[in-house]
Amino acid sequence: MSPDFLDRYCRLDSPVHRLPAGWKLVAALALVLTVVLLPPAHPLWLGGVAAGLVITAGLSRIPWMFLVRRLLLLEPLVIGVALLALFQPGGGRLFVFLVAKCTLCLLTMVLLANTTPFAELLRVLRGVRVPALLVTTLSLMHRYLFVLADEAQRMRRARLSRTFTARQARSWRTLATVVSQLFIRASERAERIYGAMCARGWR
Amino acid sequence: MHIPDGFLDSKTAVATGVLAAAGLGVALRHARRHLPPRRVPLLGLAAAFVFAAQMLNFPVLAGTSGHLIGGVLTAVLLGPSAAVIVISAVLIVQCLMFADGGISALGANIFNMAIIGGTLGWAIYYPVSRVFKGRFGTVLAAAFASWCSTVLAAVACAGELTVAGKARWSVVLPAMAGVHMLIGIGEGLITALVLSAVARARPELLQPERPATARRSYGTVLAYGVLIALGLALFVSPLASKWPDGLDKTAEVLGFQTRAAGPIMPAPIPDYAMPGIHGSVLATSIAGAVGTVVAFVLAWLLARTLAPRTRTENSPSSSPTP
Repeated sequence: MSPDFLDRYCRLDSPVHRLPAGWKLVAALALVLTVVLLPPAHPLWLGGVAAGLVITAGLSRIPWMFLVRRLLLLEPLVIGVALLALFQPGGGRLFVFLVAKCTLCLLTMVLLANTTPFAELLRVLRGVRVPALLVTTLSLMHRYLFVLADEAQRMRRARLSRTFTARQARSWRTLATVVSQLFIRASERAERIYGAMCARGWR
Repeated sequence: MHIPDGFLDSKTAVATGVLAAAGLGVALRHARRHLPPRRVPLLGLAAAFVFAAQMLNFPVLAGTSGHLIGGVLTAVLLGPSAAVIVISAVLIVQCLMFADGGISALGANIFNMAIIGGTLGWAIYYPVSRVFKGRFGTVLAAAFASWCSTVLAAVACAGELTVAGKARWSVVLPAMAGVHMLIGIGEGLITALVLSAVARARPELLQPERPATARRSYGTVLAYGVLIALGLALFVSPLASKWPDGLDKTAEVLGFQTRAAGPIMPAPIPDYAMPGIHGSVLATSIAGAVGTVVAFVLAWLLARTLAPRTRTENSPSSSPTP
């Protein structure tokens, strides 16, 4: 699995990519909060924010199809929760605004993730004094996410190549064994990483 | 259960953010004091493991599939504070890299899934696994606690959505609790299967350094208890006027804290006395009580299949604890 399967376009070169990560994080946070806190009586504002985001997306040179596909992937969750709003008095209007707001927020976050490498975000977090243990956990997680995802893929392929189509009940047991193996391998890897970190003078 | 951006208003977002930051702070402080340095990389790896495990889909019915949530599994394997850190890390990465779960709802998501899901799940797991010894007890307790933590997190989520004014309690509670009672069965089943598979392959991994450190952490337990009680008092208790005796643990915690923390935020629903609300909330609560009993029985049967009682005497995982 490619190491960029989540934030595939974060290493492009564009004016948006070149902005400092801290600014982008703060801007995204501010934008999301503004959109969330806007009273539903201001559709013009939402239009303005949408225009700004579309211009940013254009400047960042991320393919449009990718953005649309990513949004469509996330949209069912939003609509699922928003459906609950329909049961309120005046729910139809609320529903439309909720979906519009959420889509804008999603677009903001997708743009942030795809214009800023995660390591840079971690550097920002370290800079604003987020506890070191949390930042270490996050950076190790980000580093080994792809390794473990790969390992899970490999185990899945190995299982598929050795079994016929498993029956429903069987497959749960087999899958659970795969998950447990994944944990065991992760904890063994953690031991080796600890040794390697100590050998390089950690703490 | 990831709440996206836009579903929480400012007061809910700020309140859950403060609660989540405090809970994560307690967990980090506890881990810094009690976690041996050898296990620090394991936190990061466990977070990556939960993320990777969530990508493995378990087939359910007619093409749909579910996946592990992992709060109780992590809490059982690594301890509750480590679970809070691990699940929070997963949620932060999902939010920042994947836009799954909003950044303004990050506090609420961390509170529901990491703090309620992890520590409250562990608070149910621990006594049950003390009562029933051996691997049978571990599997039973883990399956039951997974079900409870899934449902409790969903109830908290429903409460937050209601307080934020985005849905009505009488609709959102049955919807969220009902769906998650079913999801919880899957979660309990996966957790039990995974734990018993780990116990078969590497029984020593199921024995974290708990006895050595658990004695001195009453302050941490108290801090978690107060935070969860505060959260439930803010988001759930103003909505449930009379909480019947289902979900014992919640009721216990609520009864303990309602008087102290209730007046901070008055009941925010103007149409509180709507006739529909009481009936449906009551029905859901009764369903919750029945569901809890059913879940316990199912967990019992599951544990019976996965770890026959007769064999636990000489299995390595049933070593006596000091």
